[in-house]
Amino acid sequence: MAVKQQQLVDKDYKYGFRDNVKYAFKSRKGLDHEIVEQISQLKNEPQWMRDFRHRSLDIFLAKPMPPWANLELLNQIKFDDMYYYLRAADMEGNTWEDVPEEIKRTFDRLGIPEAERKFLGGVTAQYDSEVVYHSIRKDLEDLGVFFSDMDTGLREHEDIVKQHFATVIPPGDNKFSALNSAVWSGGSFIWVPPGVHVSVPLQAYFRINAESMGQFERTLIIAEPGSFVHYIEGCTAPSYSTNSLHSAVVELIAKEGAHIRYTTIQNWYKNIFNLVTKRAVAQKNARVEWVDGNIGSKLTMKYPSVYLMGENARGEVLSIAYASEGQHQDAGSKMIHAAPNTTSIITSKSVSKGGGRTSYRGLVKVYPNLTGVKSNVRCDALLMDPESRSDTYPTMEVDSKDVRIEHEATVSKVGEEQLFYVMSRGLTDAEATTMIVNGFFEPFVKELPMEYAVELNRLIALEMEGSVG
Amino acid sequence: MPQPILQVRDLYAGVGDTEIIKGIDLTIERGSVHALMGPNGSGKSTLSLVLMGHPKYHITRGEVLFNGKNIAGMKPHERSLAGMFLAFQYPSAVPGVSVANFLRNTLMARHKGDAPLTPAKFKKLLDDGIAKLKMDPSVLGRYVNDGFSGGEKKRLEILQALVLQPELSILDETDSGLDIDALRIIAEGIEAQRSPERAVLLITHYQRILNYVKPDRVHVMLKGRIVKEGGPELAHELESKGYDPLIRELASV
Repeated sequence: MAVKQQQLVDKDYKYGFRDNVKYAFKSRKGLDHEIVEQISQLKNEPQWMRDFRHRSLDIFLAKPMPPWANLELLNQIKFDDMYYYLRAADMEGNTWEDVPEEIKRTFDRLGIPEAERKFLGGVTAQYDSEVVYHSIRKDLEDLGVFFSDMDTGLREHEDIVKQHFATVIPPGDNKFSALNSAVWSGGSFIWVPPGVHVSVPLQAYFRINAESMGQFERTLIIAEPGSFVHYIEGCTAPSYSTNSLHSAVVELIAKEGAHIRYTTIQNWYKNIFNLVTKRAVAQKNARVEWVDGNIGSKLTMKYPSVYLMGENARGEVLSIAYASEGQHQDAGSKMIHAAPNTTSIITSKSVSKGGGRTSYRGLVKVYPNLTGVKSNVRCDALLMDPESRSDTYPTMEVDSKDVRIEHEATVSKVGEEQLFYVMSRGLTDAEATTMIVNGFFEPFVKELPMEYAVELNRLIALEMEGSVG
Repeated sequence: MPQPILQVRDLYAGVGDTEIIKGIDLTIERGSVHALMGPNGSGKSTLSLVLMGHPKYHITRGEVLFNGKNIAGMKPHERSLAGMFLAFQYPSAVPGVSVANFLRNTLMARHKGDAPLTPAKFKKLLDDGIAKLKMDPSVLGRYVNDGFSGGEKKRLEILQALVLQPELSILDETDSGLDIDALRIIAEGIEAQRSPERAVLLITHYQRILNYVKPDRVHVMLKGRIVKEGGPELAHELESKGYDPLIRELASV
């Protein structure tokens, strides 16, 4: 098969290459009930899921855009001029040899098989609408851990899926959760049996290859009582001039005493609208951590949330956002305290450069008659130049008295004095800026597995090259 | 005669339209320690920032030669790599960057060519400096100047000088705000830089540190000019009489 891979257009974005694959199935452009029916039929889904999709489409079509969003950008999405379902390979591979050559080569270039060999417990690799590769380490499988793409999860564990699916994020939550619910495809399904500690991370890698397409992965992670799992996702796309849409729904359920850590390194190309709904439920003594890095995309709207439903539950969000020219990172978090002695911590750090824009949008809500609730919110924004922008929209709804809530927000500029100080020690302005930005992101980077920390530092260095002075 | 490390010739400089340095001539030879003294507002710190290439300050007349080369077009990092060092009066914090990481980066910038910095060599440089300045080794894991006390900041500046081994160290009020024990340790750190190949320009308001660091030459600066020069005895004279007689003397001219 002839493989042609074009070099990236954007010199700083090393993931901008694309493959000319022959699609096994490509829906026509646009979205209506016929397309939804087609997707569900292709997947041979049970009737309840098919009904769910159609119901969700009606909600999507009826719902307006969120009025508080950056509508100038959001209204650029041409819903009628987009592919909603693209299947590149006819089947999913369980070894990389089973994956079509040009797609395998893409994941090779992204370093996925190498990472898998080195330190991962399992991988799913999604290419446009479908997962093309999946593996799980034998020892984890033997412990009873389920890790597959969502479609397989639905086929093989329908009872578990039906019991939990869309219970955390109903289709009507927002316009984009409705859209995902109507056309979802791929994503990860994870179920960890009671007491099982998954000691190595499971990773999903999302790649959009086609132009003008929507990727709608759907992820559901269920951690049974006393279990632990760390899930990592990464995402990239070719550098096209037309826009594409990535709209995921991610639901996490941490049952009593369970612990879920969910890490995202989002590095979409700057043509991608990244409109994602992520929410977790933490039951008694459970702990959920979102570690969320947003480097790429044109517009990201993402507010990972934790509903603290049981006593002593703990929710943490550590997020970084980096916005350069033409980018708006609208990120934040929601923490809902619905039980006594619950704790939430939100740490948000953003850097804006070259006219880029970052927003922090957050909600801390405490239901009435709760005692011992603690919440700490900290947002730090760093502006690299006068053209860039950062806004903070914190909301607190507190209906209990025995509550300790701390909120701190800072906006700082990379000061002339700070830059001069570092340069006076022999570093160029790009090197000095990289050092300052890396330092600013350090609390985030030190939470990443080493391989990702190195990659993130390298990304920041690339972004700073030739950008100053 | 060997070439001086630093030659400042008829230098005028300032910020915006304000002229602060108004005609300075200063020559520093290899192997010497010079003290630049003067009251607050005389332009001492400005001179140090101009020498290091702070982007806010502009040279309006005259020139600065470092090892015979005019440094007017050189950026701060180029001056640093050429062998200049400034210990800041008010060093900036770099949150999230540990002292060890910072020092490694500054040293790596000097080892881009064919003489790589080995971990063993790096460790020895740090260990020696830390021991000489009687610092707590845990400082290496702390973020640069982030939450440091005044004295800790001054020590870190001198530690950087010991590690980077510049040809010319310009120390801007490194002695201010230190108790007597800290002052003595810092002074030993400065003395440790004395070598036939290197030179120190010690900028200070007080004579106090000159009890521990013996200058070869003393220059007195007032209102942007060097108004008096002499040997170490000049510093003692200023200590006993203060700057006032000198200010009056100049005003009467």
